[in-house]
Amino acid sequence: MTTTSRTVTDGAPRPTGAPDRPMPRRPRKRIPWGKIAAWTAMVIFLLITLFPFYWMLRTALSSNNALATDPSSLLPLGLNFGGFERVFGLQDVETAISQGGSGASINFWRYLLNTVIVATLITVVQTFSCAMAAYAFSRLRWRGRETVFLVFLGSLMIPQIFTLLPNFILIKNLGLVDTLFGIMLPTLFISSFAIFFLRQFFNNVPREIEEAALIDGASKVRVFFTLILPMSSAPLATLALLTYMSAWNEYFWSLMVSYTDQSRVLTVALGVFRAQSPGTGPDWSGLMAATLIAAAPMLILFALFAKKIVNSIGFTGIK
Amino acid sequence: MSTVTTSTRSAPTRRRRKDDTKLALMFIAPATVGLLVFLVWPLLTGIYYSFTEYTTLTPPEWVGLDNYRQLLADPIFWTSLRVTLLYVVINIVVQTAVALVIAVLMQRLTQSTILRSLVLAPYLVSNVVAAIVFLWILDTQLGIFNIFLQWIGFDPVSFWASETWVIPTIALVNVWRHMGYTALLLFAGLQSIPANLYEAARTDGAGEIAMFRRITIPLLRPILALVLIMTIIGSFQVFDTVSVTTQGGPADASRVLQMYIYQNAFAEYEFGYASALSVALLVILMIVTFTQYWMSNAGKSDLD
Repeated sequence: MTTTSRTVTDGAPRPTGAPDRPMPRRPRKRIPWGKIAAWTAMVIFLLITLFPFYWMLRTALSSNNALATDPSSLLPLGLNFGGFERVFGLQDVETAISQGGSGASINFWRYLLNTVIVATLITVVQTFSCAMAAYAFSRLRWRGRETVFLVFLGSLMIPQIFTLLPNFILIKNLGLVDTLFGIMLPTLFISSFAIFFLRQFFNNVPREIEEAALIDGASKVRVFFTLILPMSSAPLATLALLTYMSAWNEYFWSLMVSYTDQSRVLTVALGVFRAQSPGTGPDWSGLMAATLIAAAPMLILFALFAKKIVNSIGFTGIK
Repeated sequence: MSTVTTSTRSAPTRRRRKDDTKLALMFIAPATVGLLVFLVWPLLTGIYYSFTEYTTLTPPEWVGLDNYRQLLADPIFWTSLRVTLLYVVINIVVQTAVALVIAVLMQRLTQSTILRSLVLAPYLVSNVVAAIVFLWILDTQLGIFNIFLQWIGFDPVSFWASETWVIPTIALVNVWRHMGYTALLLFAGLQSIPANLYEAARTDGAGEIAMFRRITIPLLRPILALVLIMTIIGSFQVFDTVSVTTQGGPADASRVLQMYIYQNAFAEYEFGYASALSVALLVILMIVTFTQYWMSNAGKSDLD
């Protein structure tokens, strides 16, 4: 599946068929209006896509007091790092208030740590647990395999909203409200999509290699750990990245479960930060600094693995 | 019997047609526990709670169809349903149209991975971040977009506080976040259309628009249908943006279904009623999915 999305594309030399016949229209060098229009449209889309990112940065580097004086300036106003200092708790309350902050303390490092713990554990445990299940569905022989797999597949149809309330009650009864464990638990072991996704790849690992190892006396457990997992490292990495990102950006469930700093994750903290507007109006500079910092790890991760993620989208998207 | 799991050396030859049930059960155990406890069980209890009066302080008390009767007579439920539908229509129509244009532009112009990465960037930030950024960009007094509107001769619009504008605003903010992702899905679909079809058409003198209508759209249809099913289901579950920006206001103008469910559960502690509302949403989603699947014949491709 991975490779099919990279089929020969328009304009590239085709291996089959007639060689590119120069058409009579070639010599006439007309101005390619169509192409210019298309590129213009593309550039406009890119501007719309990227402008908010620049605006976050520009505002985060401005001072609140200056923002009101010339809101149309495209460059930072009264360039300073006050917004970032407020987010990291480096400003005392008085300075914060005088610069348009709320003065309320935001335990940013704590939220960052919480988010890292939640996203990391979910990614590691879920990917491993789903890889094991996918192996059982792909390579082991057992009765009821197809039926059980259908049940897993069917669970993809359950919308998240429907499980949130009952899961909250379950977590509450387990005494796990306002804990990181409570936030993680529902998605810690299971993602039917991950199982489905990995099973496809395991199915494509050549059987001969596995058979050879089995004849050499390796157990199926060993085959899984020393053959299947390493051979599928690319899809596993892609899946892990996607899982990490969605865990990092998750909001609704965390909002239900966490109440205090001890379990608050970044998305929820941002919502709280936004709600604590001082009387003078929102602390836009601080808010933009906070959103930027909350988004930065994902943007960095993406910058490092962009190619992998972008090329994986064709088939991961179609669940 | 137990040889398969533990013995590494005892079964030397081709006696592998054995049954791996024990090992398989071990391998699927963690995922199955997760599935049963956090997906199947909640599905069942959720339906059960919808027939009860439940404040979480006392055990649920069976009230039969009371919650559903209340739901049918609840004007806010109908408002929130209308608001949600309006959101979904604006969100999906704009998003699909824009994504299709971007995907086709990318296909016809460039294969650049960098460009595709840039297009995807908004999808990497959370809904919460997107919401807060646009809260600022669309701010009535200081927001750069309102300043731009004034500059080209319009009056500033209070996007977040106007009953007319709030839903289109939220819908378009989410279009911003998702259009690149949707475009890449469609782009992947476009890549599966054989390039020689376009070459043949061009040889026959077809223009870009004719090729788009006669080749791209018919062959992309199955992918488009799948993408639509996915995005519509996601769209119905809008919550984050509303929760961060308007909390359902002004009046009930942006009280989408999920917001209403959340508020019933966590502000009113009416878990029974909130569960009934979730069942309603589940039923709506099922109807939407099946109708769409049936109408579009999503499984079939014109290439087959």
